[in-house]
Amino acid sequence: MEAAIRSERAARGRERASRSHHEPSFVRKYIFSTDHKVIGIQYLLTSLFMALVGGSMAMLVRLQLAWPGKAWPVLGAVFPDAFRDGVMRPDFYYALVTMHGTIMVFFVLTTILSGGFGNYLIPLQIGAGDMAFPVLNMVSYWLVPPAIIVLMAAFFVEGGAPGSGWTAYAPLSAVEGSAPGSGLGQTLWLISLALLMVSFLMGSLNYITTVLNLRARGMAMLRLPLTVWALFVAAILSLLSFPVLTAAAVMLLFDRHFGTSFFLPEGLVVGGRALEVSGGDPLLWQHLFWFLGHPEVYIIIVPAMGIVSEVLATHARKPVFGYRFMVGSLMAIAFLSFLVWGHHMFTSGMHPLLGTAFMTTTLIIAVPSAVKTFNWLATLWRARIRFTSAMLFAIGFVSLFVTGGLTGMVLGSPAANTYFHDTYFVVAHFHLVMGSAALFGVFAGIYHWFPKMFGRLMNEGLGRLHFWLTFVGVYATFFPMHFLGAAGMMRRVFSPQVYGFLQQLEPLNVAITASALGLGLAQFLFVYNFGYSLFRGARAGRNPWQATTLEWYAPSPPPHGNWDEAPPVVHRWPYDYSLPGAGEDFVPQTAPEPAVVLAGGAPAGGAAGGGEGA
Amino acid sequence: MKPGAAGSRASAGGAEGRLPSGRIVVWLLLAAVTMMFVAFTSSYVIHRAQVPSVAVPLPGLLWLNTLLLLASSATLEWGSAEFRRGSAAPGRRALVATLALGLGFVAGQVAAWTRLAAAGVFLHSSPHSSFFYLLTGVHGLHLLGGVVALAVVLSRARAASEAGQALRAVGPAATYWHFMGGLWVYLFALLFWL
Ligand code: HEM
Ligand SMILES: [Cu+2]
Repeated sequence: MEAAIRSERAARGRERASRSHHEPSFVRKYIFSTDHKVIGIQYLLTSLFMALVGGSMAMLVRLQLAWPGKAWPVLGAVFPDAFRDGVMRPDFYYALVTMHGTIMVFFVLTTILSGGFGNYLIPLQIGAGDMAFPVLNMVSYWLVPPAIIVLMAAFFVEGGAPGSGWTAYAPLSAVEGSAPGSGLGQTLWLISLALLMVSFLMGSLNYITTVLNLRARGMAMLRLPLTVWALFVAAILSLLSFPVLTAAAVMLLFDRHFGTSFFLPEGLVVGGRALEVSGGDPLLWQHLFWFLGHPEVYIIIVPAMGIVSEVLATHARKPVFGYRFMVGSLMAIAFLSFLVWGHHMFTSGMHPLLGTAFMTTTLIIAVPSAVKTFNWLATLWRARIRFTSAMLFAIGFVSLFVTGGLTGMVLGSPAANTYFHDTYFVVAHFHLVMGSAALFGVFAGIYHWFPKMFGRLMNEGLGRLHFWLTFVGVYATFFPMHFLGAAGMMRRVFSPQVYGFLQQLEPLNVAITASALGLGLAQFLFVYNFGYSLFRGARAGRNPWQATTLEWYAPSPPPHGNWDEAPPVVHRWPYDYSLPGAGEDFVPQTAPEPAVVLAGGAPAGGAAGGGEGA
Repeated sequence: MKPGAAGSRASAGGAEGRLPSGRIVVWLLLAAVTMMFVAFTSSYVIHRAQVPSVAVPLPGLLWLNTLLLLASSATLEWGSAEFRRGSAAPGRRALVATLALGLGFVAGQVAAWTRLAAAGVFLHSSPHSSFFYLLTGVHGLHLLGGVVALAVVLSRARAASEAGQALRAVGPAATYWHFMGGLWVYLFALLFWL
């Protein structure tokens, strides 16, 4: 039996070796590649590029909010349509806010976490040679660039880019002429998202099947690294929630182009013109949108949580505290995220009883969230922490998640929400908990896995400087927005100066803009570090962090097919750090059992790894 | 039990005893399709409850179409049974019959649309007509996807040297096809009663 397995494995190894002999062409290798690692890196780079685009839009938004009505001759010369005599036009401002949100949510955070890390890490961490459906995987990536082109084209068509926000509320998004950008621009926005939804569907089919089917010998479900668990749960969320938005988008396209009125109520008057519509309901769009929209924010944060759990354990040299609870709370959060969408609609017109129900489900989410937070803190407790850049960003994630999560509790109460809804308080909430926290998860992941992806280490000094500037930068930028919201400044407002009661906020708005510009500039440290380390970084070797999971068993970067030797066989759970009695402070998942003598009293979490409950 | 004790090795992980990937993907895809139709039909139900408008008189042709679709599921099952028994030729004939019945259903749906249009009921005529065209249209597109899948399966079954191979190709496509039949019955019932 053993011998048969060994010879079978040797045969597979030979087959792999012979496959790697005929080198694929450049195009097949780096552009239209079916290798999950290349596709992962393509997603990563595309998303980082889009982060620069979306970030630049945010800077323009902040310029306007600090100095409304000021003339910017240089900007006016670069974007003559967007600025009138150097002063930003309101329709351009709304287009910026809409496109910034759309890009950051869908084309940066979702694509980089599920597409980038999901593709790169899942096969490596489960010990597979590639994804279950490599060609589908390639197609899924190659739908993204067309989606981006269609989206950005909206800026250049008549009427400009849409201004209805990333949530595209009807009827603004449903009636041409109801607002600037509600013409062709809005249609392009919908087509772009449709392309992206097909891409996400293909991706999640692939991730789920791969995790279920291609795990290495010995890799029971309860031996999966938490990153894989998180990506798996996020893929299920994505599979079940995006089709609802697809349905809504189809209906919206029908309303826009085929004369239906799914979202348009009787007697609607737009621009002094009574529309011939009947029987629709704009609230229907909100329900459908948020039924996706709320799970979507968890599709983003859940993989970041997985990355953070992994990075914390590795650099704290301790097992993740409460592995089973970490998996269970991921599932609980995922499940609950389908039951809370109404908390975005408390003020849209909702029966108070229903509001109370949504409040209850919303506040219950705090329980699994707190479980995760306490487990992260317990993992850090009395650890010999290595303060690497990856670790700093992971710790920063925990801080931001707590800060942003707490204001979520405030917003989840319908009474408080009535005051805070659509103010900068909400902007503060989600930029801390989603924008910044997820971004910190991304950075933690990049600093941690860059050596595996490119075979070289990133510069730690620059990395730590990048961390501190970013950490201070996001708090200085987003925390004061709570005060703006409490003072009544509404989100998406074009100029706070036109309201007397908001004029006193000008100094705060200027300070926030200054922080935001600093925060944006600090990211160039990362860009520089990334580019420099790609060519000049120190050679990483297989396992620079002395980590236990399977990707570190492969060479850096791993060859096509991932394993230069026999594919790995798994003998233990992924977090055997600082095992009492073991020689080194980490035991790889591939180390056979007798190689380590347990001196009794294995950590509580350790028991989780050995279970047979796959 | 102790972490990673040797006994767990045989049962833990390993490629044995797992479902084929094709089967998993079909069920995942159907989960996504289900969510999409949950969205469409819950919109429809809420809409009918809120703003009662005159319902479109459904063409009687729909009953015939329903029969065609249900019959296609039956012939598909018959085909799989033949493959299972090891007789390839009758199995392939059953697949051809399934495809014919499926295309007949689509043609019937289009005919139902033209009848409605001839009676002056268009997509934008009333909320109910909008939902009628939307639901039947989206279902029809998904069914056409199933037609393509069955055609691929048929060509594979032609090339297959033995019936067992053909059977493996039929499995996932059959799951999808039966699901589309069930989905149609659900949609038809909703349109009929609400
Ligand atoms: C305990 C946890 C949380 C609670 C109770 C909570 C609650 C809420 C509530 C009630 C709102 C609606 C505010 C309004 O518009 O009036 C909101 C908005 C939002 N939340 Fe959270 N939240 C939590 C965690 C998160 C997380 C983890 C993320 C993302 C990773 C997130 C992302 C967002 C976003 C993006 C919005 C704004 C959407 C928009 O209107 O554009 N929240 N949250
Ligand atoms: Cu929410």
